[in-house]
Parts: sequence; structure tokens; C-alpha cells
Amino acid sequence: MSYLKGFGRFWYDFIIGDDWKIAAAVVLALAITLVVTLTGLAPSSVGAVVGGTLLLVSFVISLVVDVRK
Amino acid sequence: MTGTTWGLVASISVASIVEFVEALTIVLAMGVTRGWRSALAGVAAAIVALAVFTFAAGYALKTWMPESLMQLVVGTLLLIFGLQWLRKAVLRSSKLKALHDEQEEFAAQTAAARQAAANSRFGIDTFAFVVSFKGVFLEGVEIVFIVITFGLSADNMPAAIGGAVVSGLLVLVVGLILHKPLAMVPENTLKYGVGLLLASFGAYWSVEGLGVFIADGESLHWPGDDWAILGLLAAWAVVSQVLVRTLPGIKNKRRETVTG
Repeated sequence: MSYLKGFGRFWYDFIIGDDWKIAAAVVLALAITLVVTLTGLAPSSVGAVVGGTLLLVSFVISLVVDVRK
Repeated sequence: MTGTTWGLVASISVASIVEFVEALTIVLAMGVTRGWRSALAGVAAAIVALAVFTFAAGYALKTWMPESLMQLVVGTLLLIFGLQWLRKAVLRSSKLKALHDEQEEFAAQTAAARQAAANSRFGIDTFAFVVSFKGVFLEGVEIVFIVITFGLSADNMPAAIGGAVVSGLLVLVVGLILHKPLAMVPENTLKYGVGLLLASFGAYWSVEGLGVFIADGESLHWPGDDWAILGLLAAWAVVSQVLVRTLPGIKNKRRETVTG
């Protein structure tokens, strides 16, 4: 059990790291981009720009939340 | 070699140096306090595990993973690594977080090693083995991802691997000569630069990779194709510099609201 716990902890440290909000922000931004693309709200190239912008915005929000704690 | 290849080798070398320096600090701390035999056994085991991991990941990527899915998975991981580095660099530059210091890290690791209970198996000190293994494997996997991404995007895997190997040897030789943590490496500045690169490549690839969920499975296309990476790099640089200048004010305002 402790081996499994250690294994899980290792991958959590590796992928999520010190601040879970960064990983959450990335997943959320990509999920919104996917919805925008799948629903046909924007063509592929516009969807890519929307995705890039969302990633920038979500990073800013996660850092501001971090600092305001 | 062309300018692009030199750029690729330089980017990977810088990124790898940061990871190798961190791994070296951990192994040195274990070797000095708990014994070199166990620390080096941990390093050897981590190198074997890394080789297996790299072979498995390389085989999976090359044989059965569609290009867009590979872009999504590797790009997302790179993006998360890059943004974690960028976050730390921004907080340190805006004086909201203490600068990383390899000497301090070394002191913390040696203190923990001295306090840990002695537990030996097959003549190997378990604590030194596990900590060395974890340190080398963790930093090594990050290097593997960086090499795969930069190598594939520049279509020059040998140059990418060469850049990482040269960095590894350089850190190893300097570490052997000095026999102490490489505190002179400007780690925070390097992390900021590499964080920008990883965030740009990661954003480019992960968004392209979302195409795996679309009916034809084709990658999404950025306007300007590869040139968009430069646009992303500029955007991350501007945003991070704005954050360095504005975050201290936000923190102070928050403090005033709480205390007042």
C-alpha cells in the first residue's frame, strides 16, 4: 500500500508539481478551446488563437489567485 | 550545422543543465552523508529505469499513437512543466518568493539525510538509494520530454539527444572537479528562459493536438504555422514581465485589505 502511495505521489509531483492550479488552468483552457472548435463556433485557425489566448489568461488568473491568498 | 540546429542544441543544453544541476545536488547530498555506494546504486537504477521509459515512450509514440494525440499529450505535459517554471521565475523576480539556492537545497537535503533512520537492504542504504533514484529519474524524465518535443519539432533527434548528453557530461565533470553543488549556475534566469520556451512549444503542440477529438483526427492549424511559436514566445514574455511588475502591488493591496 505504501509502495502504491509512493508511486502515486511520484507521478503527482512530476505532473502537477508545486501548484495544482497551473495544471487545472491548462486543462480548463484546452477543454474550452475544444468546445469552441467542436461546436464550430470558430474555424480551426481561429480556434488555435483562442486556445493560446485562453492559456495566457488562465495562467495570469492562477498566479493572481496564488498571490491574493 | 545550420543556425536552427545550433538553436535547438543550445535550447536543449540550457534546459538540461538546469535539470542535471538539480539531480547532482541531490546525489551529492546523499553521497556525502549516507555513502556513495548507495547513492550511486540509486543513480544506476534510475538510468536503467530511464532507458526503459524512453524506449517504451519512443516505441509508443512512433508506432501506435496518432500524431495529434502525441502532440496533445507531450504538449500538455510540456506546457505544465513550462508554466510551473515560469510561475516560480515570475514570483522570484517580483520578490514574492525566495531565490532558489543550490547551497540551501544541498543543506536541506543533507540535514534530512542525517536525520533519516538507517535502514539497509542487501548492503544498500534504502534512504540514499530511494532519494537518489527519485531525484535522477524525476529530472531525467523531464529531460526526455524536452528532447522528444524539441527533437521532433525540429525534425532532428540526433542533435536534440546530443545537446542533452553534452550538458549531462558538462555538469558531471564540473561536479566531479568541484565536488560541491553548482551554485554558480544562474538557475533562476535559465529557468525563466526555458520556461518561456517550454510554455510556447507546449501551447503550440497541445492546441494543435486537440484535433484528435475532431472527426478527421487532423491537428488544428495555427495561423502562420511554425511562426506562431515565435508569436507565443513573445506573448508569454510580455505577460510574464507584466506579472513581475504588477503582482507585488496586488499582494500589497491584499495585505492592506486584510490588516485594515
